[in-house]
Amino acid sequence: MLDHPELKRLVLGRLTWDAIPFHEPILLWTFVAVALGAAGVVAAVTYYRLWGVLWRDWITSIDHKKIGIMYVILGLVMLLRGFSDAIMMRAQQAISFGHSMGYLPPHHYDQIFTAHGVIMIFFVAMPLVTGLMNFIVPLQIGARDVAFPFLNNFSFWMTTFGAALVMMSLFVGEFARTGWLAYPPLSGIASSPDVGVDYYIWSLQIAGVGTLLSGINLIATIVKMRAPGMTLMKMPVFTWTALCTNVLIVAAFPVLTAVLALLALDRYVGTSFFTNDFGGNPMMYVNLIWIWGHPEVYILILPAFGVFSEVVATFSGKRLFGYASMVYATVVITILSYLVWLHHFFTMGSGASVNSFFGITTMIISIPTGAKMFNWLFTMYRGRIRFELPMMWTIGFMFTFMIGGMTGVLLAVPPADFALHNSLFLVAHFHNVIIGGVLFGMLAGITYWFPKAFGYRLDPFWGKCSFWFWITGFWFAFMPLYVLGLMGVTRRLSHFEDPSLQIWFQIAAFGAVLILLGILSFIVQLVVSFRRRESLRDTTGDPWDGRTLEWSTSSPPPAYNFAFTPRIHDTDTWADMKRQRYIRPQDGFNAIHMPKNTGAGFVLAALSAVCAFALIWQMWLPAGIAFVALLSAIIVHTFNYDRDFHIPADEVVRVENARTHLLAAHV
Amino acid sequence: MPSLKNFRGLLLLPAALLTGCDLVLLNPSGAVAAQQGHLIVVATVLMLLIVVPVMGLIVLFAWRYRNSNSRATYAPDWDHSTQLELLIWAAPLLIIIALGAVTWISTHTLDPYRPLQRLDARRPVAAGTQPLTVEVVALDWKWLFIYPEQGIAVVNDLAAPVDVPITFKITASSVMNSFFIPTLAGQIYAMPGMQTELHAVMNHPGDYDGFSANYSGAGFSGMRFKFHGMSAGDFAGWVQKAKADGKVLGRADYLQLQQPSEREPVRRYATVATGLYDAILNRCATGNELTPGIRDHQCSTTPN
Amino acid sequence: MSEVTSPVASVAPVAVRSARFYVTSEHHPENGTLLGFWLYLMSDCLVFACLFAMYGVLGRSYAAGPSGADLFELPLVAVNTSLLLLSSITYGVAMLEMQRNRLLATLAWLGITGLLGAGFVGVELHEFANLIHAGAGPQRSAFLSSFFTLVGTHGLHVSVGVVWLVTMMVQLTQKGLIPENRRRLLCLSMFWHFLDVVWIGVFTFVYLMGALP
Repeated sequence: MLDHPELKRLVLGRLTWDAIPFHEPILLWTFVAVALGAAGVVAAVTYYRLWGVLWRDWITSIDHKKIGIMYVILGLVMLLRGFSDAIMMRAQQAISFGHSMGYLPPHHYDQIFTAHGVIMIFFVAMPLVTGLMNFIVPLQIGARDVAFPFLNNFSFWMTTFGAALVMMSLFVGEFARTGWLAYPPLSGIASSPDVGVDYYIWSLQIAGVGTLLSGINLIATIVKMRAPGMTLMKMPVFTWTALCTNVLIVAAFPVLTAVLALLALDRYVGTSFFTNDFGGNPMMYVNLIWIWGHPEVYILILPAFGVFSEVVATFSGKRLFGYASMVYATVVITILSYLVWLHHFFTMGSGASVNSFFGITTMIISIPTGAKMFNWLFTMYRGRIRFELPMMWTIGFMFTFMIGGMTGVLLAVPPADFALHNSLFLVAHFHNVIIGGVLFGMLAGITYWFPKAFGYRLDPFWGKCSFWFWITGFWFAFMPLYVLGLMGVTRRLSHFEDPSLQIWFQIAAFGAVLILLGILSFIVQLVVSFRRRESLRDTTGDPWDGRTLEWSTSSPPPAYNFAFTPRIHDTDTWADMKRQRYIRPQDGFNAIHMPKNTGAGFVLAALSAVCAFALIWQMWLPAGIAFVALLSAIIVHTFNYDRDFHIPADEVVRVENARTHLLAAHV
Repeated sequence: MPSLKNFRGLLLLPAALLTGCDLVLLNPSGAVAAQQGHLIVVATVLMLLIVVPVMGLIVLFAWRYRNSNSRATYAPDWDHSTQLELLIWAAPLLIIIALGAVTWISTHTLDPYRPLQRLDARRPVAAGTQPLTVEVVALDWKWLFIYPEQGIAVVNDLAAPVDVPITFKITASSVMNSFFIPTLAGQIYAMPGMQTELHAVMNHPGDYDGFSANYSGAGFSGMRFKFHGMSAGDFAGWVQKAKADGKVLGRADYLQLQQPSEREPVRRYATVATGLYDAILNRCATGNELTPGIRDHQCSTTPN
Repeated sequence: MSEVTSPVASVAPVAVRSARFYVTSEHHPENGTLLGFWLYLMSDCLVFACLFAMYGVLGRSYAAGPSGADLFELPLVAVNTSLLLLSSITYGVAMLEMQRNRLLATLAWLGITGLLGAGFVGVELHEFANLIHAGAGPQRSAFLSSFFTLVGTHGLHVSVGVVWLVTMMVQLTQKGLIPENRRRLLCLSMFWHFLDVVWIGVFTFVYLMGALP
């Protein structure tokens, strides 16, 4: 039936066997490995008869804790992919000198650095941040779930299917060769006629919808669902940072959606928004994408600041110093993050006054950030500091981030930026803040809240290995890039002429290997901790002598989080409860009203991904069918009015009694 | 500022010692780049004023208030001090005020659009000095330099007499690039259909690296050229060499030249078609068939 | 930890102490739907803001093609605008009927609103068809690209609104004016009025100012 060429094009678009990279051995073997791994996972799930459990308890779950965990898993899995890209680039740059062209031709290398950036920001950092917020925020504010539990599940699956599309581009077709922000005209149809940019556009559009909805969801949760007594100025700092981050998400992601849609129109319909001819203006793209892109940086870093605030107070055994100034600093950063976007392109030729304005607003952000740094410092002052892993990450962060912040302010001076822009100095700077700030923050948060999520602590030995490998690896990998930047070496090069540079790239490659060991240690840590989970068990629900509400419930928390909604009297609610000799309720439990699981989110997200895939390959017929199916599925879903149920009081009594026994057994 | 100069030496000592590598941004040969390099050092020193003490305090507090040190004061409820909070907001504020002032002034004095005021720290530009104009076109993936006053053009090779102000007018043929000669001056984007400008001056003769600093596709890594600072006499000789080469850069040759290619050798053109640069800038030399209406509209100023 | 969970350490009666720590009855947090929908509308507003900004930058880039003054048929746009403004009023009446618990009247007014909305989309499609037929399609110039995209995105929103409205009418017929449906009607109402506000911006900024020579 597909013999007819017109019909074939309607169904298969431009997808042919040529799209499968048989001729690229690296990709082919990666594909074989991934396929074998996937087959192994499928076989294991089938063998242990876990499909039902997987579907009922995880895929369709609207429990914010499970969704949070799934987000973090997604982030960690994608970290492996993003890091593979990183180490391939380091290897290429370490050997590609003079006559040696390295092992990656530009066609492949350019995809790798694009994919690395896209994956690390959208599918590693974002899921980790969203995952932590999802898991922790309702627990910290004494809520039983988020405001829109179904949307939460849908958001997660949109993000995941976005990631799946990026992964698919590895084996079917190719990814963009444009750099992670896909500036036109390079990303326009004339310079990038292949499917790479389309993969980029659609995967980000799909994931972007998920992120936007989860932002709306968490704002509504924090504004509407705080336990009685928790005024805004009694919210834990992590929740404050989460609120600000989600405000930023809601205010920034629509711009990304719009600008990518316009780029898509240029590519698909032939409009002239960002083209060279017919009056288009590529500079508008650069402006708009950074109006999203700069707040995005703070979307990532603010929750990390929140984690450090929680960790430093807990492990110093002290109230956080300067709670109010911490909150104001966060809010000021939130607002200012909209007034700085132009510092990403001082070199585009704006006038001196415009450049100075944006340079100075950028520098002003360092004032609240500096105040935060001092707040953490004076929280340690006169404390009793326990150097558990989360605290080690925090100290590591304080050191690393100061350097990153300093180089950031340096880059904000426009004339200095003219020299340093697009150089490896810039690359070193943003890795310095994103690894040293965001990633260390997420790892601190994961080790800090792991016992809350799973009921046992992470093994400290392997954690310390991971910490030291990461931090030394980071310094080895990125300090040489600062030096290279000052030597005038620009970014995204796949080949160098000057042999005297090579030593620095080799040191950087060595650093990347150390980071690899750090990642491996982290994986080993997860495995070892799982095997030793009985000896690492947290029976109290409060393994670190915590200060905020999430530590008052069991580890892992019951589905309903709190049998009774707590009343709040202090910012450090749990510390206050402990001081006031809180007694756990033992009776009088009521049935608890909870939302019902649903598979709708998964189905809608899957249909969106199918539609996107068809659009990428210009398979108009399947795209149309998928779109109609998607629309119908949404409408059908709105006819489902049966969305909640009650956990019977008996069940609550059973769960709470079990905890009473556990606590009594371990007094 | 001699004290700062000394400090700069100290600061770079460890890095420079490692291999004696050439930190070109801090030791450039052009006056503009020298001021930019100086600014990098000044800004860094200003920030180190606060960064170094804080780092010291982190170590100090982490050590002194460790859990096992029971002699240290423990104040679990101490969480506020108005004086201290004033200090922690004021200290970064003061640094940023200083840096902000430096930024405002330097951004205006080093604005790439602003004609040069001085040749280097000691010599102002003499009144009536005529700057050398170079028209720069970033092509896929090579550089075309047109010297309108000399009437020549060169691919992937650039020269200028020392101590003569240079005015670069910069555009591109298809995608965005960034024109950057680290030792001469900071970079500026080269964008199709648009013109950016850069004013700079070279102070020391020599051969230096120039390249595109903005990723522009497959041939980006090879998009490099040499920049030669020369005495006035040598420069005249260099121009003569191009003249003597005898090739012509007509519209048709340009269309050929702008086709994507990588690692092009140096090419010299004795004459250049009239108005070629403006045609490129106005997107009238793309080789694409524009609809006649648009062509008339866009290219009316530049007769074909 | 022992003193925290030990049941003997209390000084005050248990009931008083527990009332300090938790809500003993079933606690229902406020419903967040309307706030959430507001937030969504604001995010949508930003999408429109971007499109307006694009139009602001590219709106005079005719690339030697026709300008707004050459193309816009203001009488048609006036009809269109009246249809949409009228539909906002009829939706308002539908909401009033909902408040008075009159299901049939609510449905009737919603039906009229939907027809007006469909009429708006119809007129707009007619206008687009005319333009494309006259060689002034979205590919002709950056001005036309941004015009079609801004106006078309608004039209797409109205179309989605109409589909939602029809769905809503079916649901009202099935379930009546139950609290869920009232909440949904309120959301749709905000959506509908929001589109009206955006249209006023489009009408003024694109058509009226664009029709000036």
